[in-house]
Amino acid sequence: MTILPLVLEKIVYQIGGRTLLKCNLEIESGPATVILGPNGAGKSIFLRICHGLLRPSEGRILWLGQRDENTQLKQAMVFQKPVMLRRSVAANIAFGLRLHGFRGEKQDHRVQETLDRIGLQKFAQRAAYSLSGGEQQRLALGRAWALNPDVLFLDEPTANLDPGSTAAVESLIEDIQDAGTKIVMTTHDLGQAKRLGHDIIFLYQGSLLERAPADKFFTEPESPEAKGFMEGALFWSR
Amino acid sequence: MAGFSSPVNGSANPLSMALDLIISFDPNLVEIVALSLYVSLTAVLIAGVIGLPLGAALAVMRFPGRKCAIIFLNALMGLPPVFIGLTVYVVLSRSGPLGALGILFTPTAMIIAQTILITPIIAALSRQICEALYEIYREQLRSLGAKSGNIILTLLWDARVALLTAMMAGFGRAIAEVGAVFIVGGNIAHFTRVMTTAIALETSKGNLALAMALGLILVLLAVGVNAAASLLGVSADLSDRTR
Amino acid sequence: MAVAIIFFSYPGSSKAESLILASTTSTENSGLFNFVLPKFEKATDITVRVIASGTGQALRMAENGDADVLIVHHPESEKKFVADGFGVQRHLLMYNDFIIVGPKADPARVRISGRAISAFAAISSKSALFASRGDESGTHKSENDLWRAARIDPKGARWYLSLGAGMGAVLNTAIGMNAYTLSDRATWAAFRNKAEHTILVEKDPVLFNQYSVIMVNPRRHPHVNAEAAARFIEWLLSETGQNLIREFQIHGEQMFFPNARVATSN
Repeated sequence: MTILPLVLEKIVYQIGGRTLLKCNLEIESGPATVILGPNGAGKSIFLRICHGLLRPSEGRILWLGQRDENTQLKQAMVFQKPVMLRRSVAANIAFGLRLHGFRGEKQDHRVQETLDRIGLQKFAQRAAYSLSGGEQQRLALGRAWALNPDVLFLDEPTANLDPGSTAAVESLIEDIQDAGTKIVMTTHDLGQAKRLGHDIIFLYQGSLLERAPADKFFTEPESPEAKGFMEGALFWSR
Repeated sequence: MAGFSSPVNGSANPLSMALDLIISFDPNLVEIVALSLYVSLTAVLIAGVIGLPLGAALAVMRFPGRKCAIIFLNALMGLPPVFIGLTVYVVLSRSGPLGALGILFTPTAMIIAQTILITPIIAALSRQICEALYEIYREQLRSLGAKSGNIILTLLWDARVALLTAMMAGFGRAIAEVGAVFIVGGNIAHFTRVMTTAIALETSKGNLALAMALGLILVLLAVGVNAAASLLGVSADLSDRTR
Repeated sequence: MAVAIIFFSYPGSSKAESLILASTTSTENSGLFNFVLPKFEKATDITVRVIASGTGQALRMAENGDADVLIVHHPESEKKFVADGFGVQRHLLMYNDFIIVGPKADPARVRISGRAISAFAAISSKSALFASRGDESGTHKSENDLWRAARIDPKGARWYLSLGAGMGAVLNTAIGMNAYTLSDRATWAAFRNKAEHTILVEKDPVLFNQYSVIMVNPRRHPHVNAEAAARFIEWLLSETGQNLIREFQIHGEQMFFPNARVATSN
């Protein structure tokens, strides 16, 4: 039973009179949804409103699937800059698990399992702080994955990483998707969107300009802005 | 014999007097140092138990009047010690509301006064430190499903090194003050005489060199405790480097 | 819980009998108590906790019930204290005298007068700096008596420094500012920062300084340790106590003269 689909009903987000986001759409379970767009398009705001970190000025968020007080616990998010707690790698993973009711043996087992899946077993007792950027992001992913979420939100997860780490992170994202979690991800990297995306949402200056399956969007974009974006033209959105 | 033995030929060098007192483990000195540490360390511990979570809670929770509460807390840092001493004295006096406890002119009263003095400092610093960390952690903790209580505990643990420094700031304030402990303690020989009140007494007896020597030892004491705390902080979290 | 253990195991908060003695800075700073009290404590196992303030403050402390017994030195205030029911009885204990100390150069020509009241008059007429206790202590009250006798009101005068401090602190200030001051002999003898100051007037009968010991009235404040206080007073007035007071010396000189009487006066 999943908490999806997610409905963004007539969402408007305004700050100081300026409308930063305006959209009305639905996200279904299935393969990855990638939100694409230039910087300042409203991608981060979009994601945070979905996950409940920001409250919209108008409109509402509806999770139409199985709805109970655990809706928040069935989602997870990974941020552009990974937030490491000042403790060991293993303790970082355990932190989230404890919040979700895991104790004792169950907790230890899940931590170990996660460490194996993300390939950080030998760093288990190292301070999370001391890991490289790519390793920290893998830990953040593992921490989220350990919670077995229905939906995983990712906000430009590889924007700060080198190509090697980016590849490792993308590979993990695919693993998580294969295990049954819905991926909702933002990126401004065209190549990444092509590699991971199946359902493309194109945001521009706070509006949803285009939405299409990946193969259609990348071969025949409809809006001039999307075309321009893909041709790498400089679009300053603000 | 109670009271310090001042040299008869008046060797007025505070530095050598201080060394003499330390090396010979002068019993008066040991007694006074022990009481100073007992009173101020206990006060810091209690103030920490109250102030650290209070500061963290103020950093995390949102409620009407929060800004006022923070301003008020910061202002409390400037409470004059002598005023606190006077208030505690009046309350603990036999003719005061808590007189029946009979704790005026005891180390307990001194601990109470110093705790009141340094709790606002520790709370205000804790608030600042936790708020800075919360800014970084906020979204991730909310995403993981943490509620206020858990967030507060997480911040307190993760900011432990900086919070220890805040405790040391409180300790420094406590061990150095003389107004409050003089009023509520009475500077009773062998009972409520601490470093600062001993210095005041020797000064009033004209024993300036001895007073100076005690002052040097007090500084040494404060530095020593701070150094010990720093070592604790460093060893507890070797890889803690600020971003 | 650990804190509670620390509280109760710390020496000083033990269950040994104790007495709070409120007295003056003059008796404390002279070192008399350091000399006399340990002998009492050894003989009786009663710890005497001395709070040295000033006579005025000591009396007020006793009125509030924060002390068990007093040793102070202003007969008028003491009599009122007992008459008002705060004290049980006033027992003469010992006496010494006040002295006028000042700069060796003696700008107000105080030494020549040889008498306390005319010395005060000289200080006033020359507007020489005078440092006053200003703290309602026995010494301060006696100082006020002298100004009254000289028919001078120094309050507000620019040369009159009302300091609100104990004897030692006032001596420090007087020396630092080259001022005259009234002190008790014992504090001055024990004082170690005399610099260029010296005794200028002494042995004038008006400078007589009587100390008494008074028990705080347990009927007024039931928690007063009356039994221990009674034993303390009895010991002080006994031959043992009086002899010890006589034996106390600073630089080979006797400082306090015991004058307890078998029949106590009021």
